[in-house]
Amino acid sequence: MSSVSAEGRASTPAPARRAGMAPTDIANPNYFHKVVDCQWACPAHTPVPEYIRLIAAGRYSDAYMINWHSNVFPGVLGRTCDRPCEPACRRGRVEDEPVAICRLKRVAADSKDDIRDRLPKPAAQKNGKRIALIGAGPASLTVARDLLPLGYTCVIYDADPFAGGMMRTQIPKFRLPERVLDEECGYILGLEPETRFGQKVESLKAILAEDYDAVFVGCGAPRGRDLDVPGRKEAAEHIHIGIDWLASVSFGHTTKIGKRVVVLGGGNTAMDCCRTSRRLGGEKVDVVVRSGFAEMKASPWEKEDAMHEDIPIHNFLVPLEFTHEGGKLTGITFEKVKAEYDAKGRRKLIPAGEPPVHMECDDVLVAVGQENAFPWIERDIGLEFDEWEMPKVDPTTMQSTHSKVFFGGDAAFGPKNIIWAVAHGHEAALSIDLYCNGQDVTVRPSPLVNILSQKMGIHEWSYDNDVSLDLRFKVPHAPKELTLKDVNMEVELGFNRELAFKEAQRCLNCDIETVFEKNLCIECDACVDICPMDCITFTPNAAENDLRALLTAPAQNPTQDLYVSDAMKTGNIMVKDEDVCLHCGLCAERCPTGAWDMKKFYLETAKAHTCSR
Amino acid sequence: MTYIAKPKLHHPGLPTNKLGFTRRDYEGRISTLCAGCGHDSISAALIQACFELDIEPHRVAKLSGIGCSSKTPDYFLGQSHGFNSVHGRMPSVLTGANLANRQMIYLGVSGDGDSASIGLGQFAHCMRRGVNMVYICENNGVYGLTKGQFSATADKGSKAKGGAINPDSPIDMVSLALLMGATFVARSFSGDKKQLVPLIKAAIAHRGAAVLDVISPCVTFNNHAGSTKSFDFVRDHNEAVNKLDFVPAKKEITVDYEPGTTEVVRQHDGSLIKLAKLRPDYDPSDRTAALTYLQEREAAGEVVTGLLYINAEAKDLHEHLNTVDAPLNRMNEDELCPGVDMLETINGEYR
Repeated sequence: MSSVSAEGRASTPAPARRAGMAPTDIANPNYFHKVVDCQWACPAHTPVPEYIRLIAAGRYSDAYMINWHSNVFPGVLGRTCDRPCEPACRRGRVEDEPVAICRLKRVAADSKDDIRDRLPKPAAQKNGKRIALIGAGPASLTVARDLLPLGYTCVIYDADPFAGGMMRTQIPKFRLPERVLDEECGYILGLEPETRFGQKVESLKAILAEDYDAVFVGCGAPRGRDLDVPGRKEAAEHIHIGIDWLASVSFGHTTKIGKRVVVLGGGNTAMDCCRTSRRLGGEKVDVVVRSGFAEMKASPWEKEDAMHEDIPIHNFLVPLEFTHEGGKLTGITFEKVKAEYDAKGRRKLIPAGEPPVHMECDDVLVAVGQENAFPWIERDIGLEFDEWEMPKVDPTTMQSTHSKVFFGGDAAFGPKNIIWAVAHGHEAALSIDLYCNGQDVTVRPSPLVNILSQKMGIHEWSYDNDVSLDLRFKVPHAPKELTLKDVNMEVELGFNRELAFKEAQRCLNCDIETVFEKNLCIECDACVDICPMDCITFTPNAAENDLRALLTAPAQNPTQDLYVSDAMKTGNIMVKDEDVCLHCGLCAERCPTGAWDMKKFYLETAKAHTCSR
Repeated sequence: MTYIAKPKLHHPGLPTNKLGFTRRDYEGRISTLCAGCGHDSISAALIQACFELDIEPHRVAKLSGIGCSSKTPDYFLGQSHGFNSVHGRMPSVLTGANLANRQMIYLGVSGDGDSASIGLGQFAHCMRRGVNMVYICENNGVYGLTKGQFSATADKGSKAKGGAINPDSPIDMVSLALLMGATFVARSFSGDKKQLVPLIKAAIAHRGAAVLDVISPCVTFNNHAGSTKSFDFVRDHNEAVNKLDFVPAKKEITVDYEPGTTEVVRQHDGSLIKLAKLRPDYDPSDRTAALTYLQEREAAGEVVTGLLYINAEAKDLHEHLNTVDAPLNRMNEDELCPGVDMLETINGEYR
């Protein structure tokens, strides 16, 4: 693949004009990258449409490798990702629901062939640099994956005896089977890092005193927040911290729970806790949340899955006290609240003025949030912390104020999710590589960008531009009667190949960009007439807000750009509203002069192992 | 030509008309004409006009002859009636249909070959008779289907794609229509929908023969330097005599206008045509003056566009013949065949 290609380079900057829009600079990779909404929204910038097309073509291994290069854990993420891509998906603005991007990724992982011969090999020659990685979760493993092939010696520390971090301890096996996690952690361990598993790091000062060229901290946010209300101490035996309890279940230390369980909290950990409880003997499991249903932090699909397993979610209830009798928990009392919004739109929960509610239960799981904890980092080693006791970390370079120490994942900016940890890992690896070579870490290498016409014949395109009208397909589940009996049985069966093909066909190929060459345009209006979404307008230039209002279909989504050309023969400019373009290519097909072309835009972010030095 | 169907998905904010239809509901099948053909823009203008007029598609009959232009009824109003007739014979077939059912809206779609060569006689006679129709001549000055020979409307001295110079005098469809008694005569350009859409709407509202001569560049055979029917030539030489705004019946005019610069024409159905005068001395109700003006400007090499002539009081064929109001298919056998006695009476009148 070439680096930034010469094709599609924008014309020279236009002279200053009267309040009109300047022509779009399509030579800036960000412009077309942003059009690929899913890729732009993905923290790791995975080239989504490209791998979805490969899945449709049955090329699962190729689809997997694109994912693997960019997000390292396709099989894991295909089951557990927070999917920032899906709310961004253009399909969701065109019809009801976005493409099931996440679950298509899983298809690539499940249906691929043995891809081990495509993976990088352990470096034949070491470069003599030693990197310590604290924590064996997704962030550290990503750093190791990027640096090991370059010859770095990576030493991974973790308190647990296995690699995987929170992916192993906090995600229940009925959502993420162990074999999937083992396989993908195994690909990285196959690059032969040194592992110090089962060894808890107690002092960063001690690590720095060893002979390391750089240290990466990817220890997660390992402390579950507690709930300090009356009765907490007295009933402590049956009150558990959610993430600790999940870890204990994961390692097989906990195998049962009381018949009546209350889970406190509205995030994804709460959802995992309640569903796990149902499998360990919980017959009546209730989730209780302070906020309203819509404001809950849990992903909508996780809430759905919980409710499908007969777990009611109760909202607007704030815990007042744990009730107990003879040192044994008997239940929880809640105060009813309601939401009120001030002039600035900020929400406040105020008492509803109703009598308190008591819920009887045998066990309580507290899943009200996670915190970072760095008792093992000394405060006198030049590593600064902010007022919230979080390390000061540069969000681009991931470097702390101690030049040798880099952060990533939940350890960097508080609890996020796996895909963010991977994205941080890539950037930190890049920084570490620059740092170890004496280069400025703030000068970031350019991404690899390729843009190429997809025209193959007069009416042939190298992508399938016939837009599918199918609605989003549902992922089949195993029967509830079976899954609720086995905490290790995966609930989702995944798309089969046929469903995967149909779902993949829903993708609008947003990476096949509409590229306009104004010097070829004869302003015949053919593209305007044919465009099914009324995206294109030829009009005199104006300021952006005015232009947006006067288009064939007013451009009312300010988050989506207008693609604007320079003035043409008649003095008009071409304006394309990117918002709901189907990328069907009809504009290019109906263009008599080839002024419109459909070009595939491929962007891969710079990574330590792709930047040759 | 395009092989994939236009996706059914449409802009989420696409407006609907009084019937609950979107503009997309007035589309037809995807065009098989060359990419960039002016005819496709005319189809788009027809779609827009019918959408804006809240026309029920089943009330429209599209009739055409033979040629690129005559293929286009397949590409708009897919829910309407259509009839693809013999070359140049659209006017007679349409006249027959109109006599049988006067309650329909008739769109006659033809081109310069179909109208000015093989169908010239038919064109002239349906104008004379005042058949209530919109006659659209999609005029590109060239025989596209037979690879680009000059048609009868090609200007004398204009150049073919291969370099040949046209030695023959052109037939001017607009002048001919005026001479033959058409009561609504306009010329427009496929590349100017702002002008074309209101003209189509006003023509549909007109009672009598309404002729729209629409210059429609043939991108494949007649869009080069030396052609007088190219995008560039028409844009450079377009002289619009007026700018019009169509106000359907039962809608009040709310915008004030300066007297002297704007003229309002009320048609028989109560609809109004607001004409902003771009040429202050041009009077679209004066047929003789219109003919003279056209001759002058065209001698100067200009393409005169806009609403060129209108007789808002015109009567149509049905009034000339004193026919019944009801369509024939709504009349029963007794009404249609009044019997031997009635026949005898009628015959007796001629003895």
